Amino acid sequence: MHIFVLALATALVALPASLQAEGITTFELENGLEAVVIEDHRAPVVVHMVWYRVGAADEPPGKSGIAHFLEHLMFKATDELASGELSDVVFRNGGSDNAFTSYDYTSYVQRIAADRLDLVMGMEASRMDGLALVEEDISTERDVVIEERKQRTDSDPGTLFREQIYAAAFLNHPYGVPVIGWKHEAETLTLEDAVSFYKQHYGPNNAILVVAGDVEPDEVRALAERHYGIIPPNPNVRARSRPSEPPQLAERRLSFSDPRIGNDYMTRIYLVPERDPENQAEAAALAMLAQILGGSSTTSALARKLQFEDPKAVYTAAWYRERALDDTIFGLAIVPVEGVSLEEAESLLDEAVAEFMEEGVDAEELERIRTRIRAAEIYARDDISNLANLYGAGLTAGLSVEDVQAWPGILQEVTEEEILSAARRHLDRRRAVTGFARQSEEVVR
Amino acid sequence: MNRFICALGLAIVVAGPAAAVDIQEVTSPGGIKAWLVEERSIPFSALEIRFRGGGSLDRPGKRGAVNLMTALLEEGAGDLDAQGFAAARDALAASYGFDVHRDALSVSARFLTENRDEAVALLRSALTAPRFDQDALDRVRDQVLAVIRADDTDPATVASRRFNALAFGDHPYATSIDGTVESVSALTRDDIVTAYKDVIARDRIFVGAAGDISAEELGLLIDTLLAGLPEVGAPLPNDSEVLLVGGVTVVPFETPQSVAIFGHAGIPRDDPEFFPAFVASHVFGASGRQSRLGMEVREKRGLTYGIGAYLASFDLAQLVVGQVASANERIAEAIEVTRDEWAKMAAEGVTEEELDAAKAYLTGAYPLRFDSNASIARIMVGMQMDDLGLDYVNTRNGKVNAVTTDDVRRVASRLYLPEELHFVVVGRPEGIEGTN
Repeated sequence: MHIFVLALATALVALPASLQAEGITTFELENGLEAVVIEDHRAPVVVHMVWYRVGAADEPPGKSGIAHFLEHLMFKATDELASGELSDVVFRNGGSDNAFTSYDYTSYVQRIAADRLDLVMGMEASRMDGLALVEEDISTERDVVIEERKQRTDSDPGTLFREQIYAAAFLNHPYGVPVIGWKHEAETLTLEDAVSFYKQHYGPNNAILVVAGDVEPDEVRALAERHYGIIPPNPNVRARSRPSEPPQLAERRLSFSDPRIGNDYMTRIYLVPERDPENQAEAAALAMLAQILGGSSTTSALARKLQFEDPKAVYTAAWYRERALDDTIFGLAIVPVEGVSLEEAESLLDEAVAEFMEEGVDAEELERIRTRIRAAEIYARDDISNLANLYGAGLTAGLSVEDVQAWPGILQEVTEEEILSAARRHLDRRRAVTGFARQSEEVVR
Repeated sequence: MNRFICALGLAIVVAGPAAAVDIQEVTSPGGIKAWLVEERSIPFSALEIRFRGGGSLDRPGKRGAVNLMTALLEEGAGDLDAQGFAAARDALAASYGFDVHRDALSVSARFLTENRDEAVALLRSALTAPRFDQDALDRVRDQVLAVIRADDTDPATVASRRFNALAFGDHPYATSIDGTVESVSALTRDDIVTAYKDVIARDRIFVGAAGDISAEELGLLIDTLLAGLPEVGAPLPNDSEVLLVGGVTVVPFETPQSVAIFGHAGIPRDDPEFFPAFVASHVFGASGRQSRLGMEVREKRGLTYGIGAYLASFDLAQLVVGQVASANERIAEAIEVTRDEWAKMAAEGVTEEELDAAKAYLTGAYPLRFDSNASIARIMVGMQMDDLGLDYVNTRNGKVNAVTTDDVRRVASRLYLPEELHFVVVGRPEGIEGTN
């Protein structure tokens, strides 16, 4: 039953997909550009991506949204390209392009016929160090970004509430600031802000090239040398080091109401460790814990206890944002059935988790999860864009190619005791943020 | 800097071989047709099955029955209850997606080669012997009601519901296939069983498969899977007229950004001028700065994050329809610009340059769609439902390339009708009065 997905998690638990080392080649250019090539010769398509190790969590104070605003502005003029020309040329060649900003990365993507790789690489290289912004690009595109915020955040109470929960969870670390920016700050971003952020963070020594599809690694390397290899490293690039969280001494609780909330719900997030390079065991236990608690809408521990045995919930969820540069979140959520209050729902959820820790892991469920992880490695080969994303997002989160490839195997090895021990160590509501979202009659903003 | 030496403006796709797929038509021993692309490099297969009619086959007063029935197909079958079914499926690492929209119920399955027979047997039980247990029905009904309540407060959904109500009157297309809180709350197990018998039958089935499977294996698989289904389902509804008249409907809603859905009657997929219309709609409303709407509304004026308009050619009705969201104080301008562009398209058609760019995109992008087993299986079912024929993958780009600016001008003047354009605006739009 997949029809009901609330916008309360950044991402519901996704099975980790795959990573056969077979067909995957890596190299590094002298200027520091790292590259990953994923071969798939089934269709004459290539996905070309450049991932920068910079995201919203690297913004200076008061300039929230600048990473994302710059991502929009990267489609404007460069030393060689007119404003909008990159997209126009990609389209005129039957391709499509896009870009994404998250906390830890900004990525630029084209999907096009494999014999056009040279063309898109040339254009992507042009904006790696040659962005040529002018004032007239700024105000119109800032309006677009404000409309984007209105559409994706201000029009969606679930997203508004999530912003508040993150802000409460991260008192000191920039993961508490929304990627798209606080509205009052995003509205005032300037040309100088964008240029300064670009000059600080963009360059081959802060970039990862991922090319996936009907290509040969040698050919990709030759093209990369020609287009990216001649760009000098950016001396301003620094290793990322962000403020960290102080110990949480007080339980945090939020109450949110909005007339546009269709179903009352409760959500809780715990601050937990992320996947670290060469040290992914703790994260693997948390990832398996999320699967055991909420990976299946039918047979997971929370679904069994709260939706089947004595149905008090319409929906339950558990998720873990495993890929992040810094400490991250583990989340739980419950949408109670009509007639059950959020206070009762919270108690029921806490009891279900406590019971789970008493009873232990259902061995058959654990085996099924392991089977699905193994199969996910096969299915993942059918979707090269997704495979390319795993490397790009993994490497920008500080992991190595080897870490990315080792992950499914590490997940397989997680034991029942490690899962329970991760639950005991991290699922403590005194060190979490708990939020109630309710439908209200009047607008509170 | 001289490193950038491509002659960008001149790079135009040469129309090469259209699609790198070899489609076989397979007829199972039991007489069911399917299309297959054999692709052996990954040890799994993707299977797409659709039953025409889908959500439009709800009986009067039973809106939402087909949708709820679809959601229940994976909630217990044969001797397995909901949890038993999910456990069996996950133990095989198979996945079965059951979905329904206004024209079809779809089954999107994938299974590993190593346990294909067991995965197919389990899917067969879901299709031929679903249990529809009362406890599963009650549980899933609550989930559907939660979806409906969430949609009731979502401005884009409110806009599309009102638009469909205005466009399709008392036809099934006029209302959401999810049903309403009232209609879904009243559904009984008998209603679900009736919906199942109405929708899932062999006389309306379309099958596509791609992956690690031969034609012979697929034929046997199809019979195993589908032979137990009833021969005949409920009759399909008649075509619907499009009842929209020119004007604006405002639905007051507290939100900082208004959502507008706009459009009027469109053009059927089998119209002789469909290809010129398709090219015209690409130039006019494709997403991104390459279309006229994208350029005028977003790129030049910054009025929205996204605008698009396209040909919605459903089985039983056709629309030209688009959507835009703009701040309450700016939506009036977005609508005005859209209206002007609509009129300009009707009067002038497209330029040679726009036509060339559209052809280059459409013909270049087409072969890129066939890049995974899952998408190939889906595309092949869509082609069969549109009655396009096995050779369509090879002839389609030729049809795009044959379109001339005269063709586009002719079709645009009958397709884009500014006086008939209707906007449904949900929000607190400033400077906009409803016309009815």
